[in-house]
Amino acid sequence: MTKLTRLALALAAALAVSAPALAQELSGTLKKIKDTGAITIGHRESSIPFSYLDDKQQPVGYAMDLCMKIVDAVKAELKMPNLKVNLQPVTSANRIPLLQNGTIDLECGSTTNSVERQKQVSFGPTYFVINVTAAVKKDSGIKSLTDLNGKTISTTAGTTSVPLLKKFEKTAHVDVKEVYAKDHAESFLLMAQGRTAAFIMDDILLAGLIANSDRPGDFVILNESLRQEPYSMMLRKDDPQFKALVDQAVGQVMKSGEIERIYAKWFLSPIPPKGVNLNFAMTPAIKEAFANPNDKGVQ
Amino acid sequence: MAYDFNWGVFFEELPGGDTEYWEILLEGVGWTLAVSALAWAIALAVGAVVGTIRTTDRPWLVRLGNAWVELFRNIPLIVQLFLWYFVVPELVPPLKRWAIAADPTTVQFAMAVVGLGLFTSARIAEQVRAGIQSLPRGQRMAAMALGLTTPQAYRHVLLPMAFRIVIPPLTSETMNLIKNSSVALTIGLAELTFRSREMGEYTFHFFEAFTAATLIYVAIAMTANRVMAFIERKVAVPGFIAGGAK
Repeated sequence: MTKLTRLALALAAALAVSAPALAQELSGTLKKIKDTGAITIGHRESSIPFSYLDDKQQPVGYAMDLCMKIVDAVKAELKMPNLKVNLQPVTSANRIPLLQNGTIDLECGSTTNSVERQKQVSFGPTYFVINVTAAVKKDSGIKSLTDLNGKTISTTAGTTSVPLLKKFEKTAHVDVKEVYAKDHAESFLLMAQGRTAAFIMDDILLAGLIANSDRPGDFVILNESLRQEPYSMMLRKDDPQFKALVDQAVGQVMKSGEIERIYAKWFLSPIPPKGVNLNFAMTPAIKEAFANPNDKGVQ
Repeated sequence: MAYDFNWGVFFEELPGGDTEYWEILLEGVGWTLAVSALAWAIALAVGAVVGTIRTTDRPWLVRLGNAWVELFRNIPLIVQLFLWYFVVPELVPPLKRWAIAADPTTVQFAMAVVGLGLFTSARIAEQVRAGIQSLPRGQRMAAMALGLTTPQAYRHVLLPMAFRIVIPPLTSETMNLIKNSSVALTIGLAELTFRSREMGEYTFHFFEAFTAATLIYVAIAMTANRVMAFIERKVAVPGFIAGGAK
């Protein structure tokens, strides 16, 4: 016991010495936050339920809740209980430049963590795993992705669904015609109007669109996957101090099981603004990500 | 925190392989030029007719022309394309059957050409009307006094002069049309801006992609400008307004 106590004391002493030392040598984002007295979070406006505006035009969502845990950790680390939190809306096109030029310090949305993107930015622990799949009308008779042979599908321009579909066409020897819409709502509209047979997109986004449509019972999501992709919060590259803090804060939420409550709040309960319940149960891949927090990007 | 510029990104392959980014940008340029050229032809033909009938002495023709201009000029272009692509087929069953059966790109292209062409026709009609009305009233009267009928007066006296006057604003309109063609990306046509955004989304090198798009748009618009300036010089009537510029 005495040995253990002595070890604990030594550790505590070491921490006591190192903590102020660390505070003096702040670098990167933490230094910027300390100097300016504010942290700026980039959020999305319509990535339901990750990061979006509620009926009071306030950014809310699953990713926002997790990012607030990071903000709490920053407050504790810098001993700045009154740290100012700025909220800056971003789009999929400007989120990287705004992060790189320092306008935002952390992006909390629905950003896929890919190896390609890791050349430019860094990511926190994976907090969601999506499957790229298809939503079809129930009465269309389409049961699998290969049933789409010879049909027209819609997808949203600039998303990773497009190259995935091309690859699938080659390997599965099916021929599909694509229509690109400018946003998810229009891609869904094309499918709902019968102009296209299916809408290929991330399963959680499909679930959100279906839940919010006039007749949710008319549509079904195929139980197949073109690819799994991890979602994560985005931070600047080559910033080890802040990266360690993010990993620590989010990892803690996952290890402690608090993540279960936050997940249930956004995916298994009615959410603002319309009180719709997405009813999106945790997939094995998501459970795995929570059990072993990691920031591996998809190829 | 500096942005990491990488100009070699144009020669990287798209996810899925086979094509490189510069190739899809070039494809995009092709669609931009095709939409612009066809829409310009429609805009000029319809705009000339509508603009002309607005200067005639038939009240119902004038009202028809005015209605046309107000309709297409007062609705934002992006809304017009949305209406053509998403709403009109719902109201016209044969069109919807065609929209489902035809190749999706053909449908997007056709709707973009029609939408952009009619939108621009309203603007050209306004310029043609202004051009005709800027002519001295004496010209019309002199033509009538020579015994020309109204169509003959327009054909031989008024329009040849008016069209020379409107070449400078028409040049601006041509360049506007080329830039406006980027709105076709909202109905999914893979033109230049669409491809630049796509490239940005995949590589996260938005600055490089849009720098390329900017330079290409400038080059196309400048070319159109030079061609129009050449036409302006060629058709100039010495001694008449707009003819002096050499």
